[in-house]
Amino acid sequence: MTSADTLLQVNDLTVEVKGARGVGRAVDGVSFGISAGETLGVVGESGSGKSLTCLSVIRLNPKPASRIASGSIRFDGRELLELDAEGLRAYRGREIAMILQDPMTSLNPVLTIGDQIREALKLHRGLSRADETRVAEDLLARLRVPEPHRVLRSYPHELSGGMRQRVVGAIALAGRPRLLIADEPTTALDVTVQAAYLALLRKLQREEGLAILFVTHDLGAVARICDRVAVMYGGRIVESATTATFFSGAAHPYSRALLRSLPDVSKPPERLEPIPGQPPSVFAARKGCLFADRCPEVQARCRELEPPQSSVAEGHFVHCWARQP
Amino acid sequence: MLRVALSRLLQGLLTLLMTSVIVFVLARTSGSPVDLVLPSEATAAERQAYIERNGLDRPLPVQYGVFLVNALQGDFGTSLRTRQPALDLVMSRLGRTLALATLGLVIALVVSVPIGVLSATHREGAWDRVGQGFALLGQSIPSFLLGIVLILVFSIHLRWLPSSGIGDWRNYILPAVVLGWSISAGIVRLLRSSMLEALGAEFVKLARSKGLSEATVVWKHGLRNALIPVLTFVGFMYGVIIASAVVVEVVFGWPGLGYLAYESTLWRDFPVLQCAVLVYTAIIVSINFLVDLGYGIADPRVRT
Repeated sequence: MTSADTLLQVNDLTVEVKGARGVGRAVDGVSFGISAGETLGVVGESGSGKSLTCLSVIRLNPKPASRIASGSIRFDGRELLELDAEGLRAYRGREIAMILQDPMTSLNPVLTIGDQIREALKLHRGLSRADETRVAEDLLARLRVPEPHRVLRSYPHELSGGMRQRVVGAIALAGRPRLLIADEPTTALDVTVQAAYLALLRKLQREEGLAILFVTHDLGAVARICDRVAVMYGGRIVESATTATFFSGAAHPYSRALLRSLPDVSKPPERLEPIPGQPPSVFAARKGCLFADRCPEVQARCRELEPPQSSVAEGHFVHCWARQP
Repeated sequence: MLRVALSRLLQGLLTLLMTSVIVFVLARTSGSPVDLVLPSEATAAERQAYIERNGLDRPLPVQYGVFLVNALQGDFGTSLRTRQPALDLVMSRLGRTLALATLGLVIALVVSVPIGVLSATHREGAWDRVGQGFALLGQSIPSFLLGIVLILVFSIHLRWLPSSGIGDWRNYILPAVVLGWSISAGIVRLLRSSMLEALGAEFVKLARSKGLSEATVVWKHGLRNALIPVLTFVGFMYGVIIASAVVVEVVFGWPGLGYLAYESTLWRDFPVLQCAVLVYTAIIVSINFLVDLGYGIADPRVRT
């Protein structure tokens, strides 16, 4: 998977979480890579470890509740897990920026929008005060925020959710990062606002050559914005493929079940098929394939041995005993 | 905003009125000043003359009515003991009490804000234990006891600081520390919990993702938010300090408003006592009013 233009390469990442029931593995040996300018969608149900995986890339995983136990995170050839807090800070915002899920809570309520954008500009670009304001207005304008001048003097509560998420986007771009981690950026937005936001992200990505790690449980968003998809289940990646391949020929039974649980508005309404059963607990025993209990194609060995990675086609990998060649 | 301010003003006036009734009645149920003011060999006629001269023989509602009408014109009567106007006496002491209480508040903030923040950022760590211990001691040691202990240590044994009275800046230190101490525990606890909440918020995660230093994240993004609930508490506590200064002023022989109120209670000096309590009430009502206004400045969400 590693190639010359790989920007971020995560190998065998394991993140442990502490809970009342002991220590569990929320992220279990996850590997993926993103090239410059590429968008990788990480999809999965709540609790599949997708958010934790992405937060761990810049070590924003909740502490002391979680701990990166092992693995490697290389950004532009540099091992991020070896960096101390100060060294990592040089990457945050400047190389890798974030958009969080809920724009209602991700902006500081007592600081103006201008304060919060200028803060990032000051840190990463070292501009004069007058230039900061000008660049901040430019950033807002690029995110199609109307009346940037007025918005700079507003507080977060004076803006709508969609506008706030655009402001978060402007903050993310302030440091001219090469990788954007978007943790369910459209989940909290109205449907109509979602589409506009995704289009905007796509446009900015082309203009800036940004790589995006896009975490979502919304397959519609994946279809709109992602080049490749990685499906997570129980803290593991069970399938990865290009977006086109994923929608036309997903191989893993879980991926297929996910796709079947989506309504297709172009056809007359039919019964949606929910996936039977519950996703596994982080604290449950990790033996065999974690999807086995809910899988329609389950075999005897699925419950005993973890399925190895196999290649379905060029760039299409799956972890499933039923898909072994 | 204006309507809120006006309604608060009206509430404040109502509070003052009710306090005036309560203090008026309570003071008169505690006894008569006659025995205390007049010498023990005074005759019954002299006593009667004193009572009539001060209007103490009239029915309570009438006495109250006279008091209220005069008070509304700024006349709170004259001291039964010294014959000075009550308001002048009170005002001459007010400054000393406010100075002491303000210094106490500043000491409390300077000590407890860093402890509260560090307790939250080092949760379960050494700083947190320091904070918890500090809070526990602060809540369990009453100020009169602390005052006496400090006098024993710093005035009597070490002879560093004076034990009582007013003079230069050294006289301020012990009583102000005792006053500050009495509210520090509450500030530490409240700030710790509101700081923990702020540091767990998404905007702190976003601030960290920008690459800001941990100090900026904690002291700018975290503290600015965590201070909002603390502001209300501190405003309320400023009133408590001013009121609890009565005890501290007596312990340290500090001739402030608290000491005056204490003396006028002992002497049944009704006009002075009434005036002192009403001035206390007015101060606390105005502090609460200012806190409400300050809340609007600190939290942009309530400004609209």
